[in-house]
Formats: sequence, structure tokens, C-alpha cells
Amino acid sequence: MKKLDKHYDVIVIGGGATGAGTARDCALRGLKVLLVERFDFTHGATGRNHGLLHSGARYAVTDRESATECIEENMILRRIAANCVEDTGGLFITLPEDDLAYQQTFVEACQAAGIKAEAIDPALARQMEPAVNADIIGAVKVPDGSIDPFRLTMANVYDARLHGADILTYHEVTDYIRTGSRIEGVVMRNHRNGGEEVRATADVVVNAAGIWGHLLAEKAGVSVKMFPAKGSLLVFGHRVNNIVINRCRKPANADILVPGDTVCVIGTTSDRVPFDSVDRMEVTPEEVDVLLREGVKLAPGLATTRILRAYAGVRPLVASDDDPSGRSISRGIVCLDHASRDGLEGFITITGGKLMTYRLMAEWATDMVCRKLGRTNLKCVTAQRPLPGSESKKNKSLKTAGSKAARGRHGSLAVNIPSDSASDRALVCECENVSVGEIEYAVKDLHVDNLLNLRRRTRLGMGTCQGQLCVCRASAILEQHDGCTDRHLDDIASFVNERWKGIRPVAWGDAMAETQFTSWIYGAVCGLDNRRSVDEMV
Amino acid sequence: MDLQNENISIHNFEQCTKCTVCTVSCPVTPINPRYPGPKQAGPDGERYRLKNPEFFDEAFKYCLNCKRCEVACPSDVRIGDIILSARLKHTKKRPSLRDTMLAETDAMGSLATICAPVVNLTLSMSPVKYVMDRTFGIDNHRRFPKYTSTKFVTWFKRHAASAQKQYTRQVSYFHGCYVNYNYPALGRALVGLYNAVGIGVNLLERERCCGVAKIANRLVKEATRDAEINLTSIRKALADGSEAVIATSSTCCFTMRDEYPHILGLENGDIRSSITLAVAHLSRLIERGDIKLVFREDYRRRIAYHTPCHMERMGFTPYSISLLEAIPGVELVVLDSNCCGIAGTYGFKKENYPTSQAIGEPLFRQIADVAPDFVATDCETCKWQIEMSTGHEVKNPVEILFEALDVEATRRANNLNN
Repeated sequence: MKKLDKHYDVIVIGGGATGAGTARDCALRGLKVLLVERFDFTHGATGRNHGLLHSGARYAVTDRESATECIEENMILRRIAANCVEDTGGLFITLPEDDLAYQQTFVEACQAAGIKAEAIDPALARQMEPAVNADIIGAVKVPDGSIDPFRLTMANVYDARLHGADILTYHEVTDYIRTGSRIEGVVMRNHRNGGEEVRATADVVVNAAGIWGHLLAEKAGVSVKMFPAKGSLLVFGHRVNNIVINRCRKPANADILVPGDTVCVIGTTSDRVPFDSVDRMEVTPEEVDVLLREGVKLAPGLATTRILRAYAGVRPLVASDDDPSGRSISRGIVCLDHASRDGLEGFITITGGKLMTYRLMAEWATDMVCRKLGRTNLKCVTAQRPLPGSESKKNKSLKTAGSKAARGRHGSLAVNIPSDSASDRALVCECENVSVGEIEYAVKDLHVDNLLNLRRRTRLGMGTCQGQLCVCRASAILEQHDGCTDRHLDDIASFVNERWKGIRPVAWGDAMAETQFTSWIYGAVCGLDNRRSVDEMV
Repeated sequence: MDLQNENISIHNFEQCTKCTVCTVSCPVTPINPRYPGPKQAGPDGERYRLKNPEFFDEAFKYCLNCKRCEVACPSDVRIGDIILSARLKHTKKRPSLRDTMLAETDAMGSLATICAPVVNLTLSMSPVKYVMDRTFGIDNHRRFPKYTSTKFVTWFKRHAASAQKQYTRQVSYFHGCYVNYNYPALGRALVGLYNAVGIGVNLLERERCCGVAKIANRLVKEATRDAEINLTSIRKALADGSEAVIATSSTCCFTMRDEYPHILGLENGDIRSSITLAVAHLSRLIERGDIKLVFREDYRRRIAYHTPCHMERMGFTPYSISLLEAIPGVELVVLDSNCCGIAGTYGFKKENYPTSQAIGEPLFRQIADVAPDFVATDCETCKWQIEMSTGHEVKNPVEILFEALDVEATRRANNLNN
């Protein structure tokens, strides 16, 4: 057993946007922070959603409070996370089968929530977004955009560390250190070191573990009733649309198409699933059918565009405290002080909410931490201070596709990417233009020690071929850092299998041909057929 | 699950399975490190350009448009077309005066033939070459093809046109700029060859440059204008009774068949199969038993055949090879398929000259080893490149066929009187 020799003000559990945001907020306020993640950052719902910068319009009619939170955070994120956000704009379209009268209700609700929504001529909408269904009978323009949750989370982690936070990935909280009715720290298992037990102590522990927060609360002896809701999405091979397209009707399945980076994503479905399935989400053929059938109504071009993969995330829906049956679900932010609620000192749960409101959730949680520490003089600055990479950009002209892509991904931090030599600039992932230099940078600064980490930091293996040639190239670079060939062969097998998991539901046509080719390379040529794939490492 | 059967991409670039064989077959990639290679520039880059046109890279100008990537591709991705289309769409700089002059083959040819001897002499003088190199960026190593005083069209009208009506079968000949302004001998050989088998040769009502040089130098509007004139003339010729429109230049033929629809967006599906190369047309007629060629007994030559890139793209190489092999006294050596490096106007540009020569180097070496009497090829710019770089004479297969032909015996074999 190992005990970290430092005592922290706060330990944050969960490496999603909320946990990373909370760690950053705490660190910026000068608290001593430890951020703990079970596997890798963005491994949960943060890395498995639309990447939509909601204007809030989607909630305007049904949930005014969420809508207002969304538009406020939307405006803040455009400022502080400029490099993670793309101002694509959004449309809410009415199809002949939809009720056009709803448009009026919708626009009024948006305006009441402070969202700039403007009904426009369908002809103008078709001109603005040629990919949109030409049959539309109505269109409303809203300030939607796209946001890259991987970049957003890593920028928060980066800044937290810059301000003194300690970061542990692949450390799973298995128990708490407690004295009477007070949580005084956590017991963790280090997945990377033979399951070694590690302990750390703190005045306050924040549970920011998304759907897994339900289990972490249970472990602490308190109950936060959550319901896992599975949402499935499809990623298309290139951008069909450049403006977010939504359906102007009550929220339903597959009614948002978001252009993000090089691809576009249609989603989602929404189904309650049992807790024992949350670590094993797979998209079913029926879900693929629904997504495709409904998606084509938004943009007919999707029908003849290659699908790269399908994925599913789990939303943590939280039952209102006054109705533990779960019939009344709150979609808003839930920030619980278990001392006043359950008599358990030193423990906070922050949950509910959305990717869009991660910063506000972090602010609320950090405010609560400060109250518990008696340091309410520490004020939140995250609504004003830009995230690393999103500081104002110098206008440096970039030559190679790799440097342009890296600039897009890392913003002003891209200056840290080595690019002096031809080998630095050589491409590892050709679909997504990831250079050797970018990988070296990720290994050095972005907590990378396996291929999946690398994918989430750089988009390696996220393009058309889903990791056909880049995987062995990247693995060779990682291998140079530790010389542990055997581990990296397992790593390749894990990565390729993880990619296949997402391709399988859409494996037909070109995707099938490509996958077959990939399997020859890794199975037959590289001899990885008999390698164990380490699911735990994902 | 019917949706899955229907969800097949119509986007050509998405049919790429990233096997990278295109980049392996690219002549430029190993020579010029600034060129990202066909896979990167083509299907990979296309996705990025759809996201943001700023991902267009000026280095795509190093692409030869040889289409060897397309020949190599197992998934029928038109990689060369993707790259060329991106260049036409996204290049910001306007074509330079030099590029425009190199591309305006018709205009320059018409001017030059007026006073050919003076032009030829001037273009071959070293001070002139020096000035062109320094001021225009036309490499001073290059030899300009000699201009003729009598254009092919002039000769044809004076000496051949009236005799064509006697034949029942008719073809139309797309002679191209080179035959017209520089090398009318090839056109005369073609007319002689076809007449010997009993087929009359016509010219198109109006013929403009096929447009390959204008396309390569991004003069799209001008190329489209010429292409439309050519297509109209070709349709009229076919309607008027020509059984095919034949060319002697593989690149002219390729451009009209494939670049017109794929790059210029001009539909030619109704006539594409009737636009062909003389060697392809003759081969099919021989195969069908429609015509016979009889060759001279005393014709003895050792010939090395070089496959032009566009010949390979069209899949026409076997026609030239089998026709040349049919000449009894010819010992034919088929050279390895290797781009000669000139790629039309590409190799004339100073900045491309070293790349151009490095690409052709293995070919030049092999020709030296084979030591043929002369080299055969279907493309005029390959001819210039090989002649300049190896000192060997280069001829078009049609020219060789006519040279080796026993005209009288052939006429008899095809049941022609006298």
C-alpha cells in the first residue's frame, strides 16, 4: 500500500468535463487539488455525446431553467474555450409532417429564455445549409455550435495542473478513508501498477463521476438515485452539413445533426438501461436503423454518405430528492452537500446537468467546497479566464496540413509541438493529420501512455480508416518511451478491438471492406490475432 | 435492415480503403518531399477541404496528373481527378504569363508557324533560352519542339481532302496541336495508313486544342470553351457518318474521353466510346477481320516501346504493342512502365525541371541499356522528353506502322483497286 504524502484540500473523483472543470476551478482559487480518474479522461459520457454547443433552444419549451443555463454557458464557452468551439450556427427545421404551429411556441419560448431565435424563410435556410432537407416548410436560426469535449476536458486538466493540481489517471476509487461520519480521503486501486492500493487524504471529496457517481455515493453510504439513459449516435465520414440541424418539435430520437471537426454526428436515441450494463454499451442494429431513418429526414445526403462508427454514452439522470421513485427526473444541475442532506461530512456530489453546463456545475461544486473549507473569500474566475489553448491567437501562417490540423486541435498550445525536423512533421495518422511531433507533445504534456489516450488527445485513429496504419506507427513512438514491447502489442490489440466495437454496428459497404483490410494487417501480417485485448485499459 | 443496403456512399473519395498503393505508385512522392502524395492530397485531404478550404495545399501543383495512382487503386477512387479538381477550385494565385503561354498551344502554334524557321532558330539560341529561364521560368535545358512552316491542316486541304470521298468507310481525325503545328509527318502517315486499308479520313469541322495544357495550368474557362467546340464537332462528325473520331496522341484522346466529364463537368457519355486512339481503332478492325495490314519484308528494326501514363490509364497499351509486334521485322522491347517525367508543360517549368528529370531517370537508363534503333511511344511530350534526355529518336506507332507498311500489298489485301 502506498500513501500519498500530501494532504489535499479537495479530491475530485471523475475525469470527465465536470471533474476536470471542478479541479480547475479549485486550483484557480488556490486550493490544493487531487483529480482522480478511474481510466482515462473523457472515458464516460463526456467522450460519448454529440459535441453540440447547445444554444438551449432544444429545452426552451420544456425546461426553461436548463435553456437559460445553456445560453448563458454557451456565451461563456465561446469566450473562454474559443479553441474548442466552432461557431457553426444552428437551424431548427420544420418538415411537412411536423406541426408548423409549434414553431411560434418555440420561438417565443426561446426569446423568453434569452436565446436569439429568428424564424427565417425556408429558402434562405436551404441557401445557408445546402445539405438540409429541401422539403422544409419552416426554419429557425439559433446560436448553436459545436464543441469538442476531448479538447475542452484536456484544457481544463492542463490548466488545473498548471495551477498546482495533482492528477492521477487509471486510479479507481474503491473505498473511502473515514472517521465516524466524516470522509477524510479515498482508497484507490492503481490499474497500471498491478492493482496497487493508493491512499490520499483531503478535507473534502467531490463525487463528479457521472453515472458512476451513483455507485460511489452508495459506497460512501449515501444514496443519490440515478437512472442510466443510453444515447446512441452515428459518426459520418465527412461533414455533410456545416450548420447544426435540429428538428423543430418536442425533443425526440435522432433529431440533431452536428458538424464536428472532420465529421458529422447524428443522434441520439434515449433508453433507460440497467446499471450493470453501463460499462458495456453497444449500439444495436435497431438503433442504427432509427438514427439513419430519422437522420435522413434532416439531411438526405446522409443516406449516401459513409458511416464511420456508432457509439453510445450514458446520461446520468437524477431523481429529484423529493421523489426517489424516479418518476420526476430533473435535467438540471444537482449539487448535494451530504453533510446537510445525509449527515456525512466532507463529501459532495455534483451531477445531473450537461456537457454545456460543466463549467457552472464546477463553479457550484467549488463554491460548496469553499463553504465547507470556510474559505468563501475565494471567488470563481472561470467565466472570464480563457482556457489554455484558447488565448487570443497569433496569426502565424501554417504550411502543412499537419500543422493546420494541430493548430485546430491545440490552439495556441500548438507552439509546443515540435516541428523543426522532417521527422517531427511526418504524419502518423494520415486521415486526421497527426504528426510525430504532436504525439511527442501529447506524451509529454497530455497524460498519454497508451493509444486510446492518444486518440482522445489528438484524434489519432478517429478518421476514415479508424486506425489502419497509424496504430502501429504511433505504438512504435510510444514504445520508444518505455521499451516495453509486449505491453504495446497488447495496447494495439486493445485499440483495434475498441475501434471494431464501434464499426461493427455499421459494418457494411466501404467500412466493411476497409475493416477487412485492417484485420489482415493486424491479424495476419502483424500476428495480433492471439493477443489479449485489455478491456480494462480503455 | 433495408437502410443498410441502401446506405452506400456516393462519394468517390470515401471508397478509399487507405491501402496507400496509390502513394507507392506515385512518381513524384519519392522525388519531391514537399508533395504530400496522392492519398494525402486526394481522398484524405478532400475530407479536410470539405471542413475548411484552408487545408488546400499549394504543393498539390507538384502533381503530374499522370493518373498512375488511379491505375493502382483497387477501389476505383479517381485520386488524380480529386487532386486536380482541388487545384482548380482552391488555388488562389492566377495563372502566370508563362503558364498561360505554355497552355495556349493553339495560339502560340498559329503564331509560330507563320515564321517557323525564325522561331525555331530563336528558341534554340542559348541567350534566348537564358532569358526565358531567368525571366519566365522556362528551364533552359528544355528544347522546344520545332515548328513547321506548313501546318498539317494546310497540307491536308491541299493534298488529301479531295481524295477521301472515294472511300465508303470514314473516320474523323483529331490531329491535335502537335501534329498541326510541329509534326505534320505523323498526320500524313495516319492518312496514308487509313487510306491503304480503304478508310477515308476527315478533319473535324472545328478542332481546338484538347485542353490538357489549359486544364493543367488552371485556365478552366478557356479549356471548357475549347472542349465544347470539340464536342460539338465530334457529335456532328459522328452524325455525318464517321465511324469513330481517332487521335494519334494518347493524352488528347484521354483528355476528351475522361477529363471532359470528370474535370470540366462536360457530359460525353453518348460519344465517349467513339473517341479513340488510332491504334485502338485499327486493332479492333483487324481483330474483326475488317481490315488487313501487310508489312514490308525488308523492314528490320529494334524498337523500345515506352508506355505513356495516360495510355496506361486508358488501358490502351496492348493495342500499340500488339500492332508493333505484328510487324515481322520488328524486335520489340517493352520498357518498364515508368513515367518519363515531363507531364506536358510541367517539365518546362524551371521549378519542376529537376523533379521531372529525376522521375524519368530509370526510364532513360533502361533505354540506354536496351540500345534500340529508336523508341516508340504514343505521346508527343514523352517523345520530347526522351529525345532530349537520351538522344534516341522517338516515333509514334502510327508513324512506324506506315513506315513498315507495304502499301500496295495492303491495298490489294483490302480489295482496293490499283
